[in-house]
Amino acid sequence: MTGATAVSSSLFMPRVQRRRRSGRAFELLCMLLSLFGLAFLAVLIGRVLWEGASWISVKFLTNFPSQMFPENAGIKSALWGTIWLMAITTLTAVPIGVAAAVYLEEYAPRNRLTKLIHFNITNLAGVPSIVYGILGLAVFVRWFRLDRSVLSGGLILCLLVLPVVTIASREALLAVPKSIREAAYALGATRWQTVRWHVLPAALPGIMTGIILAVSRAIGEAAPLIIIGAVTYVAFVPTGPLDYFTALPIQIYAWTDASQPEFHHLAAAGIIVLLGILLPMNAVAVAVRASQQRKKLW
Amino acid sequence: MVKVLESEAPARRVALDLPLVRIPDRGPQREHALPSSERVIRAEQLTIRYGTFAAVREVTLDIPSHRVTAIIGPSGCGKSTLLRAMNRMNDFVPSASVAGKLFFRGEDIYRPGFDPVELRRRIGMVFQKPNPFPKSIAKNVSWGAAINGYQGNLDDLVERALHQAALWDEVKDKLDDNAYTLSGGQQQRLCIARAIALQPEVLLMDEPCSALDPIATARIEDLIDQLKAQYTVVLVTHNMQQAARVSDRTAFMYMGELIEVDDTTVIFTKPTQKKTQDYITGRFG
Ligand SMILES: Nc1ncnc2c1ncn2[C@@H]1O[C@H](COP(=O)(O)OP(=O)(O)OP(=O)(O)O)[C@@H](O)[C@H]1O
Ligand SMILES: [Mg+2]
Repeated sequence: MTGATAVSSSLFMPRVQRRRRSGRAFELLCMLLSLFGLAFLAVLIGRVLWEGASWISVKFLTNFPSQMFPENAGIKSALWGTIWLMAITTLTAVPIGVAAAVYLEEYAPRNRLTKLIHFNITNLAGVPSIVYGILGLAVFVRWFRLDRSVLSGGLILCLLVLPVVTIASREALLAVPKSIREAAYALGATRWQTVRWHVLPAALPGIMTGIILAVSRAIGEAAPLIIIGAVTYVAFVPTGPLDYFTALPIQIYAWTDASQPEFHHLAAAGIIVLLGILLPMNAVAVAVRASQQRKKLW
Repeated sequence: MVKVLESEAPARRVALDLPLVRIPDRGPQREHALPSSERVIRAEQLTIRYGTFAAVREVTLDIPSHRVTAIIGPSGCGKSTLLRAMNRMNDFVPSASVAGKLFFRGEDIYRPGFDPVELRRRIGMVFQKPNPFPKSIAKNVSWGAAINGYQGNLDDLVERALHQAALWDEVKDKLDDNAYTLSGGQQQRLCIARAIALQPEVLLMDEPCSALDPIATARIEDLIDQLKAQYTVVLVTHNMQQAARVSDRTAFMYMGELIEVDDTTVIFTKPTQKKTQDYITGRFG
């Protein structure tokens, strides 16, 4: 017995030093690459801040945009347009996306058709946003006659984020252990009672994270809104869903395009405002996820 | 119907130590029927498949009322599959299919149109791994009753169920704490309390002690012993001593088949099947 152990152990060449060295090299490589990404980001943000920070003022937030007088130009209409878009997108994408995920995960039979649907939702999440813009132009603007309203824009962004919301919700539902569902069913709960009282609450933090990240992606989108012809230099705030609108990314794009260099500073200031909305949203998402991981019990 | 059976119970309990059915000395036998008034559940030629693989094959088995029936057998022989069929938990395994019949109080629970939701309130289940809800201790116990439209006082119900599950003294000061703050053994007793809060007629237990230390195991065995006064218990266990200690009847399964079922004393002292003998003497499995 002991003899056999001795013989076989001489067949091993642990080479621990060498394995440690290659591990260390890989670690270093990963660190350098992630530093590169971070440095790039820092340069971008630094440049934007340097160009635009001094242009941010109350006036900038409360004045309408102008293509003549940069010193009086503001982003009031764009800011309100973005808020309208956010509201419409959230109000439409969340119920539809979460319901789709609940149906697919909790109710639908697992057959070829549902597999195909899953596969296609995943593919839809990768479709370029401009394609949604073209679709929205045909469907919402022309067919439904919603014109270039903020409702059209919001619905297009809703389509854009639906796959993301659905996938994120589905993953959050998947992460709820089967044993909790079984516990509920074994007490004579119906499917809906099980989903309503146990599955959804357990999945909620994950679903919320997905929603926040999806919506924050949507409000940075310019391409699909430009496709439907969202107007720039708008001198009014939308008062209803059928009003024309502009949005922060569109206004930023328009100013970047202007020839006077002052407008480029305005564009940078607009970017800072946009980031000022996005970063807190992402921070909330990160916080929700972290608190969920801390509280994870199973 | 339930009332009638309850009034019969005392008479049967007197005869507790006697074999329910005399085994005629006629060589190998794999099943024997109980009088229909004494059985709560009856499987008849029950076959359960996962895809094409038959995990339970043509099992015919009676579960007597107000007794503890143990199901033993080597790992993978289909004990859990059979147990989960009894309250239709296999419905949630997409590949599972059932042939044959499974009666609960004379009604085929696999007939088309039968609603398993009400059945699961009457046949409770305790799982192998404790699976409390990530909610408060009280809520864990009361939720099942609440969704089933319990009319009485929920606080009283929680206290009673926790008493019955021998957990009350340990948790009475922290009923609002999350159930996951309890130890594994406490969680398992909480799951038992949760199941008996619904006052089921049958309690299915799938290796309820497999994750527990000897002390917690002893407490749960005591509990099972008390439970059979009110409930019918079906207990899957890997622990032969446990089967011998707590059960009145024992069914031995092997590779999906029911090899032998009889009074526990008979199974452990003079089984008629060689496979049973080999298993209980530890020669395989
Ligand atoms: N969901 C499933 N899909 C396919 N096969 C399954 C599934 N669940 C169980 N089986 C198979 O069915 C057989 C019986 O499984 P079962 O869980 O009933 O065994 P068991 O007797 O409870 O074993 P153990 O004592 O290890 O819990 C096993 O061969 C197992 O591989
Ligand atoms: Mg099992």
